[in-house]
Amino acid sequence: MSDPTEEIPEVDHVEGTGIPIRGNDIDTDQIIPARFMKVVTFDGLGQFSFFDQRFDSATPEESQREDSEARSASDRSSGQSPREDGEAVVDADNEKDHPMNEERFQDANVMVVNNNFGCGSSREHAPQALMRWGIDALIGEGFAEIFAGNCLALGIPTVTADHETIDDLQQWVDDNPDGEIEVDVAAETVAYGGQEIGVSVDDAQRKALVDGIWDTTALMKANEQAIAETAADLPYVGSD
Amino acid sequence: MSQGTLYDKVWDRHRVTTLPNGQDQLFVGLHLIHEVTSPQAFGMLRERDLEVARPDLTHATVDHIVPTADQSRPYSDDAAEEMMAEREENVRDAGIQFDDPTTGNQGIVHVIGPEQGITQPGRTIVCGDSHTSTHGAFGALAFGIGTSQIRDVLATQTVAMEKQKVRKIQVDGELGEGVEAKDIVLEIIRRLGTEGGVGYVYEYAGEAIENLDMEGRMSICNMSIEGGARAGYVNPDETTYEWLEGTDYFRANPGEFDELKPYWESIRSDDDAEYDDVVTIDASELDPVVTWGTTPGQGVGIHDPIPAPEDLPGDKQDTARRAQKHMRVEPGETMEGYDVDVAFLGSCTNARLPDLRRAARIVKDRQVADDVRAFVVPGSQRVQRAAEEEGLADIFREAGFDWRNAGCSMCLGMNEDQLEGDEACASSSNRNFVGRQGSKDGRTVLMNPRMVAAAAITGEVTDVRDLKEVQPA
Repeated sequence: MSDPTEEIPEVDHVEGTGIPIRGNDIDTDQIIPARFMKVVTFDGLGQFSFFDQRFDSATPEESQREDSEARSASDRSSGQSPREDGEAVVDADNEKDHPMNEERFQDANVMVVNNNFGCGSSREHAPQALMRWGIDALIGEGFAEIFAGNCLALGIPTVTADHETIDDLQQWVDDNPDGEIEVDVAAETVAYGGQEIGVSVDDAQRKALVDGIWDTTALMKANEQAIAETAADLPYVGSD
Repeated sequence: MSQGTLYDKVWDRHRVTTLPNGQDQLFVGLHLIHEVTSPQAFGMLRERDLEVARPDLTHATVDHIVPTADQSRPYSDDAAEEMMAEREENVRDAGIQFDDPTTGNQGIVHVIGPEQGITQPGRTIVCGDSHTSTHGAFGALAFGIGTSQIRDVLATQTVAMEKQKVRKIQVDGELGEGVEAKDIVLEIIRRLGTEGGVGYVYEYAGEAIENLDMEGRMSICNMSIEGGARAGYVNPDETTYEWLEGTDYFRANPGEFDELKPYWESIRSDDDAEYDDVVTIDASELDPVVTWGTTPGQGVGIHDPIPAPEDLPGDKQDTARRAQKHMRVEPGETMEGYDVDVAFLGSCTNARLPDLRRAARIVKDRQVADDVRAFVVPGSQRVQRAAEEEGLADIFREAGFDWRNAGCSMCLGMNEDQLEGDEACASSSNRNFVGRQGSKDGRTVLMNPRMVAAAAITGEVTDVRDLKEVQPA
């Protein structure tokens, strides 16, 4: 059974500063290209978030070699959550224009995105990479289903609002990189710049986050008797 | 909400309980695992001191990182070797059946499940892979999950899910010459959008679907996720049962076929089932579809003009502009004649035996264009052997294709098979995302396998109907 001492935190709100990532249909191959997934743990994925949008070099070896000195010299300051491997891979010659490369967004923990964010592959490496870069919550026009489910499994809210609302918020974040944003998951609101906007949070996601029941393993393991009964009623199970 | 559909019935049969967060806990009838998304889940189990609950309902393969050329161990890529070694250790410790390349049964996870007969109607099937929707072709409820959910399934053989709506996609009419299942699904995604299926499960129905073989149905269900739908399915019928009867599973257990058939019949959608939405498509109007952009929804008939961004819905314009810049295409042009450098015949969408047979008829007695590198990556070792035995491999080799071993290969560029620089690839795979095939400047044009064969021969995107087919001897 799960370690009973391991408390699953309640995520009823997230506070911090924002980073806008614009564009519809941003797929998980963009969030983390497949060639960085030849690993057996999620450790160290933060630096590869949006790698091809941020850097010219093609391989992690190349980038790590080029950037190792710069990286060790540029330890990021800690945001709301501990950034276990969120060092930016800094190399001016190699960098492209991308918000995640901009100094002013280096402490951001709330990502503001457009529609169908996280489409494509089911790779949990995508939200894992964003989380390890420092992201604690996403606000967007819409999220791909598997991506949103993967975020929930990590305790990361994915809240939605319409295009105009998101567009305004992205612009505000651009103008106020140090401006405080508060995502209230329970109340389904986002407060920023002296105003409060309504957002939507999927019912199950809201309840899971607010009540601290988003890690479902122990929750489901507790139903062993009911699982066995359901399985016994299925004609294809049990005859093995 | 929907009522009386296959989705409703299979859901109800597998629902264990409703969890305090409002999600349903569903029993999982088959858990498929591969080497990229599951090792971290095994690590999480070890951290929590948990065991694999049902190794008998879990089945492993290796597909994403396997080299398709030299497969001798240790693999030349250290990272790939490490992943393979981790896979071997995890499945051995848990007692999970593993189709490694020495078994002759290895292949892409969505090819081997169906060919071995473990993909069955009325099962819930999950895998840490978004193309798990493929298995819906058999009337299974099959969907991709993330790694934390893999941990849940390994530990409990259940998964927490919210029930979705059901959209019936009725595909009427007969497909024209040279038009295939792939073209149907590219058209569906073009019309409904890459996000149109979010919150829905797709039921594919109608004459054109019923007339497809199982491989064609798999190609369609496979790409449900590209339209935003996490799962898609076809109701099981005689075509399904005929396939199942021929598989290892039911040849070894013939009695079980008769025992299970009433269950399979019972979970078919009722004639008066209620759907949340119905969309109708006329298959007879379709030409071969190719993509011009960088999402699978950016498709166009081979003779139709690439749309101007300003003629598209507002939320599609910006994506279209970026895509046209990346692909270097102009509105008003057609894709016919677009130069290609690489032809890739492979992936869980289109690398099964009939796909290779149809493509072989195009390449027979022809030669791959001088400046094109073309290769075939069969979906599984079984497909590979069958194609070799019936002479397809020789046809491809004689035409100048590389004939490789089974795996995911250039569909996502996790092994050595990658685009270089800004190469353009005619690809039978499922995603044309920027960077997908291993090079951030690479350009992917999705199309059906015969169209890939035609592009390999001419060196440019070509209407396959302009090339005469030759029956293999």
